[in-house]
Amino acid sequence: MVDMSTALASMVLPNPVMTASGCAANGHELHRFFPVSELGAFVTKTVMAAPRSGRGTPRMAETASGMLNSIGLQGPGIDAFAEEDLAWLGSVGARALVSIAGTTAEEFADVAERLASSPAYGAVVGVEVNISCPNVANRGLVFACDPVSSERVVRLVRDRLPEGTPIFAKLTPDVTDIASVAAAALRAGADGLTMINTLLGMVIDTDLLRPQLAGVTGGLSGPAIRPVAVRALWQVTAAMREGRLPTAPLIGVGGVRTGRDALELVAAGASAVQVGTATFHDPSRPRRVVDELEAEVARHGFGRFADVVGIAHDRTARP
Amino acid sequence: MSGVVQVAGELIATRRAGAYHHLTIVSPGVAELARPGQFVALAVGGATSANLLRRCFSIHRAKPSGTYGGTVDVVVAAHGAGTTWLAGLRPHDPVDVVGPLGRPFPLPADAVPCVLVGGGYGSAPLFWLAEALQGRGCQVEMVLGAASDDRLFGVVEARRTADGVVVTTDDGSAGRRGWVSDVLGDVIDRTGAGVVYGCGPMAMLRSVTEIAGAHGAVAQVAVEESMACGVGVCMTCVLPVTGNDGVTRMVRSCVEGPVFRGDRVRWDAFADGVCRVPADTLGAPSAGGH
Ligand SMILES: Cc1cc2nc3c(=O)[nH]c(=O)nc-3n(C[C@H](O)[C@H](O)[C@H](O)COP(=O)(O)OP(=O)(O)OC[C@H]3O[C@@H](n4cnc5c(N)ncnc54)[C@H](O)[C@@H]3O)c2cc1C
Ligand SMILES: Cc1cc2nc3c(=O)[nH]c(=O)nc-3n(C[C@H](O)[C@H](O)[C@H](O)COP(=O)(O)O)c2cc1C
Ligand code: FES
Repeated sequence: MVDMSTALASMVLPNPVMTASGCAANGHELHRFFPVSELGAFVTKTVMAAPRSGRGTPRMAETASGMLNSIGLQGPGIDAFAEEDLAWLGSVGARALVSIAGTTAEEFADVAERLASSPAYGAVVGVEVNISCPNVANRGLVFACDPVSSERVVRLVRDRLPEGTPIFAKLTPDVTDIASVAAAALRAGADGLTMINTLLGMVIDTDLLRPQLAGVTGGLSGPAIRPVAVRALWQVTAAMREGRLPTAPLIGVGGVRTGRDALELVAAGASAVQVGTATFHDPSRPRRVVDELEAEVARHGFGRFADVVGIAHDRTARP
Repeated sequence: MSGVVQVAGELIATRRAGAYHHLTIVSPGVAELARPGQFVALAVGGATSANLLRRCFSIHRAKPSGTYGGTVDVVVAAHGAGTTWLAGLRPHDPVDVVGPLGRPFPLPADAVPCVLVGGGYGSAPLFWLAEALQGRGCQVEMVLGAASDDRLFGVVEARRTADGVVVTTDDGSAGRRGWVSDVLGDVIDRTGAGVVYGCGPMAMLRSVTEIAGAHGAVAQVAVEESMACGVGVCMTCVLPVTGNDGVTRMVRSCVEGPVFRGDRVRWDAFADGVCRVPADTLGAPSAGGH
């Protein structure tokens, strides 16, 4: 028996496997395939202040070992989310890691405040702040591409949430120096970091010779981006180990399909792992990764999951 | 959302049907739950496939029990990577099946005459719908159309099942030259149909809706939107549909559809191969916004 529990700041979970935001809706749909309470946590679709229609279609294109999406953060708005989806997640015993966003820093804060005052708040084990979303006040530049805006958002959200609620800032890999954005988020009071969000990509329809997505560009996800996730986790963990960044727990996401894939992210430094696009291939994937990851940890002879976190940094061959 | 299962299925028969491939897949549990209009999502390319997304197909037939256990039949038009892979499968090859998915065609409470319109492989789900309607005492006529003879599916079966069949092809290689929309109005008038069911390309569904409306019938159409998951978790398969409250929302065709009342679909949003978000949609982007 392996002890699969994991501690992410004040958030202690029975196992380290989660859904990825936007790849599992808000739970009802996957609950038809497995009880969502069996995951370490359930990460909800990013929710904003008001209902949003999202973009037109086509919203997706399949790519080699991945896909491009341009959903445009479609969602019901925080009030309907809290009343219906969050309450339901609580009723089935799921641990909700709620993903929030805004088009301005103030909107992030407003969403956090309305979430915290909702009667279903008991189901919330943490808040994931999706700063990989465009900032209308800064010509649509993604918050997470700029340390100053990232810091401001996280600070405002921190102010509006109860002290005991852990906050994870979700970072984009589309930056020159991910450690500097990580530093800004942690400085502002984030308890940990989730990485990575999708990479910006584009597909041309070669019959029509025009962009395949109605939104022209989209986010690339799936196994194709796993090496980028591993690299990002590695760089931030290395910076923490070298004392260039305060130590904080990381949630790894990007291209995880199997327990072995999850182990890669864990060995690079992730204390928990999210399964995203692979869910579209197999709706039970997140649940299966729980068992597969446990088998991988056991295969290596460890009794505790926590002992494998970041282990690749200790085992790197020195020249 | 109704019952759904995921099963490691097995192909037991595959045969050509004109331009299409007709596959029979043993998939215990799926057939028992399925209703006409629902679909299955099939994984493609095997365990290490680089094509991660499932491919969706209307259920053509569902047999809850047979020699091999429950089976479902699908009709596949091979064009891209996934459908070409499915078309190349041999008997006893494994096929991972998720289904049944989506909402079925609603059946009328009274025994009203019905017209079933299929475009290309869109006729695939209409035959067991016809049987279900006839079981309720409805008179059923079918209109099948396609670009050419080899792209018609199930004409023989239609003649066996329905009380009347009209066939059209764009090139005149079978039936009447022209489109299903050229003949549909007359069929509705002649039969006094109360409901028109449609499955096929979006442009056809739009004209089916318009003609049904003009001839006093309700249209129920099964739409086809690009789907990444088929189970309701990705939000790629949306289209603008007006609800009972008069509000238009971008709704997921895989869980709230694929069957919609035709007059509720915002056909005005579709043009040039894309679907835009109508300005009056709930949460639509404001000018200059997202
Ligand atoms: C509810 C429903 C029922 C369908 N029934 C049938 C049927 O009975 N017979 C049949 O031949 N086809 C049917 N289709 C269309 C079929 O799903 C697509 O043709 C198929 O997914 C294309 O796969 P590909 O590998 O050939 O193309 P690719 O272009 O390689 O597909 C790439 C991705 O885009 C998606 N995609 C591309 N085109 C479509 C499309 N037209 N509709 C939905 N997803 C698409 C695929 O699922 C995949 O995720 C149906 C689609 C839906 C939504
Ligand atoms: C269809 C789709 C929708 C997504 N929506 C969101 C979202 O709303 N919020 C968010 O933080 N990330 C979103 N993501 C990104 C994922 O959570 C994840 O970070 C990314 O896809 C990489 O993981 P994967 O390769 O396992 O999918 C979305 C990804 C996909 C494919
Ligand atoms: S196909 Fe994923 S939500 Fe409909």
